[in-house]
Amino acid sequence: MSIIVRLQSEIFDPGTETNAFLKANSKAGAAVTFTGLVRSEPKNPITSLTLEHYPPVAQAQLEDFAQKAITRFDLLKATIIHRYGKMLPGEPIVQVMTLAPHRRAAFEGAEFIMDFLKTGAPFWKKETGKNGEVWVAAECRDDDARKRWE
Amino acid sequence: MKILYFAWLRERLNRGEETVFPPDSVKTIADLMDWLAENDEAIALAFEKRDLIKTALDEIIVEHDTPVKDAKTIAFFPPMTGG
Repeated sequence: MSIIVRLQSEIFDPGTETNAFLKANSKAGAAVTFTGLVRSEPKNPITSLTLEHYPPVAQAQLEDFAQKAITRFDLLKATIIHRYGKMLPGEPIVQVMTLAPHRRAAFEGAEFIMDFLKTGAPFWKKETGKNGEVWVAAECRDDDARKRWE
Repeated sequence: MKILYFAWLRERLNRGEETVFPPDSVKTIADLMDWLAENDEAIALAFEKRDLIKTALDEIIVEHDTPVKDAKTIAFFPPMTGG
């Protein structure tokens, strides 16, 4: 199967996931791995991040984005791992991995998936910090990032 | 039909789901939003900025002008913030 989409609450190890993804494919010449992390900025530190999601739709949307990336950039393989539930600063939230014959396709495929994933899959972030719980607002620049592929 | 609410909508309305029986005059998701808002002040407030409310019909993300005929589940949620 060239597409794997995994939604999970458990933490994952980015290195282990990358090594498993890289396992033998003779046509492959390039792999790109992107890991999104829970950020806690010194100006606005958070103690945890909680992601709510709509499971069937999140799964279907991510599979659709992975399939579109494979078709558009001729990828050999695409994997998306996305967490939900409570996570701590520094922990991985999401990992996107693409495999292609050449580097440009692998880079662009991973960016394409991330740009769609940010605003097109039903996940919602809530930060917990000194001001209590705050839902993260959607950012216009994320919409713009998605539009550049249209 | 079943209605689902997510994220701050769910918190503000104090419920994640409910079952409603809209009249035949409710043809689209936009009509459904009007009808829900007429019957519930908290929903009226939460739906005030319509552009900020996204919707899914039977697990497919759709626009507000989508017909709701025969729909089993309609989900309402704020703009998505994944990654």
